[in-house]
Amino acid sequence: MSTRHSKAAKSFLENVERSEWHDNTLWGVRVKRDRMSKSLPEWERLRDAASAIKRHTLSHLDEYLEKFSENAQRNGVIVHWAANAEEFNAVVLDILKAHDVRKLVKSKSMLTEECEMNPYLEAHGIEVVETDLGERIIQLLDQKPSHIVMPAIHLTQEEVGELFEKELGSEKGNSDPTYLTYCARESLRNEFLTADAGLTGANFGVAETGEIVICTNEGNADMSTSVPKLHIAAMGIEKIIPDHKSLAVFHRLLARSATGQPSTTFTSHFRKARPGGEMHIILVDNGRSRMLAQEKHWETLKCIRCGACMNTCPVYRRSGGYSYTYIIPGPIGVNLGMARDAEKYHDNASACSLCCSCDNVCPAKVNLSEQIYSWRQELKSLGKAPMTKEMMSRGMKTVFDRPALYNLALKCSPLINAAVTCSQAVSLHLWGKGRSLPEFAKESFHSMWVKGKVKNDK
Amino acid sequence: MKVGLFIPCYVDALYPEVGVASYKLLTALGLDVDYPLNQTCCGQPQANAGFESMAVSHAEHFEELFKGYDYIVGPSVSCAAFVRLNYPDLLHGKHKCESAEKIMDIVEFLHDVVKVESLPGRFPHVVSVHNSCHGVRELGLSSPSERNVGSYSKIRDLLSLVDGITVREPERPDECCGFGGMFSMEEKEVSVKMGQDKLQRHIDTGAEYITGPDCSCLMHMQGIAKSGKYPIRFIHVVEILASGL
Repeated sequence: MSTRHSKAAKSFLENVERSEWHDNTLWGVRVKRDRMSKSLPEWERLRDAASAIKRHTLSHLDEYLEKFSENAQRNGVIVHWAANAEEFNAVVLDILKAHDVRKLVKSKSMLTEECEMNPYLEAHGIEVVETDLGERIIQLLDQKPSHIVMPAIHLTQEEVGELFEKELGSEKGNSDPTYLTYCARESLRNEFLTADAGLTGANFGVAETGEIVICTNEGNADMSTSVPKLHIAAMGIEKIIPDHKSLAVFHRLLARSATGQPSTTFTSHFRKARPGGEMHIILVDNGRSRMLAQEKHWETLKCIRCGACMNTCPVYRRSGGYSYTYIIPGPIGVNLGMARDAEKYHDNASACSLCCSCDNVCPAKVNLSEQIYSWRQELKSLGKAPMTKEMMSRGMKTVFDRPALYNLALKCSPLINAAVTCSQAVSLHLWGKGRSLPEFAKESFHSMWVKGKVKNDK
Repeated sequence: MKVGLFIPCYVDALYPEVGVASYKLLTALGLDVDYPLNQTCCGQPQANAGFESMAVSHAEHFEELFKGYDYIVGPSVSCAAFVRLNYPDLLHGKHKCESAEKIMDIVEFLHDVVKVESLPGRFPHVVSVHNSCHGVRELGLSSPSERNVGSYSKIRDLLSLVDGITVREPERPDECCGFGGMFSMEEKEVSVKMGQDKLQRHIDTGAEYITGPDCSCLMHMQGIAKSGKYPIRFIHVVEILASGL
């Protein structure tokens, strides 16, 4: 009984030292998040408010999108609409071509990962430079992010040191994080200065003003937009919020949930192009309006991409981002992948013990575990239900639908104990290494009760 | 007040002593307790594995068995949570689900309904409390570590009534032990690792016993402890509460 996730998790865990480091590092982020959330007495009310604002906005999404687009255009921003990843990539390329762009610097955007924008642009001769440190590291390694907020969290500083030595000419053997950050800064400075355009994501789009808001710790979104004159912002349509008042709620939740900081170092509001410049906002659907129509799964759209569900997830921490087959891992990634293409990403549905911790850290109160439970119910109709699990469930149903059969079976439990002990192969297959199977009691409670042993045992 | 004692299948088969302790404790507290025969499984394992429809007949059987009782009380938080939270959906469109309103885990029943204030027992041991996920996050037996709500624990409250006991909690007090029903088979390696980590944190408290409100978590960690020969014992909360009886 296994899935692509469980197989990948198995290999992740084979390196004990690294997997424990991964678990402890991300748990450390959870602890920082707890410290922040517990420093605000109104924390739970903020979560309620965030959830309600998202529910309201998503159920009036058409109105807010139009309002946002009108206000953005009034500010002189050029607004584009992309129905899917292909359209999005084509719009970006068109804008870049129209400005004769050869080099594009970009800040972090999971949307561009989702749309696989970088390889598309590169295939069309555009040089794309990631400027978020983590993203830059994995770009140089030709890898994908293993976490949505800390994309290079799977790497050690020594590995980054070796990479920079090779790619950026840093000192041999020097893996001091401050030094390596300095090297990246030096190298990126030159990229900013020679770029023809900057592309950013957006954490929020404020409908009442038509502005986008970007939160970073490195100021790289600001550098990407203040050197080149052309700014392209990519935004999923679910990022819309009504007004500044609601922004205040999300702003208080985002960094505290994501990294345990009261606020990101930079929170930048972009409302219009710089003098002599041009600003474009591309509003991307790519399956979102379809998700909105899914009665049981629309809540995934409330997600503000803080990554807190990953940090708290005991399975994510012990299996790593790459064990998931969708670009976004962890509890939200299981759900986003399924909502995008359940047949393709069903393997991730196994990556959950239904502990419900994610539901309780999520700042927007997305019902993550409930949705995973409900996706599991849908696997059967997709023809993706794991056969062993189905057989076991059927077997249980057969026995448990017949109390007499169940009670008879328990009378044979000493035999079952013996059979299990003898059949190490079965035990290993189902239960794995490092764990002994439980043993049946000599006599069941039911049998004791019937014989009057329970009542008399006083 | 008529109490129907719910002994989930795996408690019945593997941990009958927990059922006996539950019965003794409830009757000692002056309650009218009965154990309706022919109980089997609540259907949770099948449903969590993705076969909820196979649990519908179990829900109907359960409703029928327990319809004459004021409360349905059992020593297993995840089964109680499944009945409370999932049965109304399973029976939706058939008839009103009564079990969901009457079901209680024995810890919350003793704490919230019976409001036990003293217990005769003595348990002169150090125990580490295992806060089972569904007890914490679905039934509210203790404050979830993720939430900014006042800290409380109904398990601790009850255990503190027992003479001689020292109650501790592990670091990461409510991180999952990794059982999760068929999760433990489908994601074997992650499940075992979660269990090993959890077990070690319990052992690190210096406890002689790990105690909790759900035998399935205890069973999982017990399997790991046995396999790795860890020096720790396991006991259900209710067995400690009933220790003087």
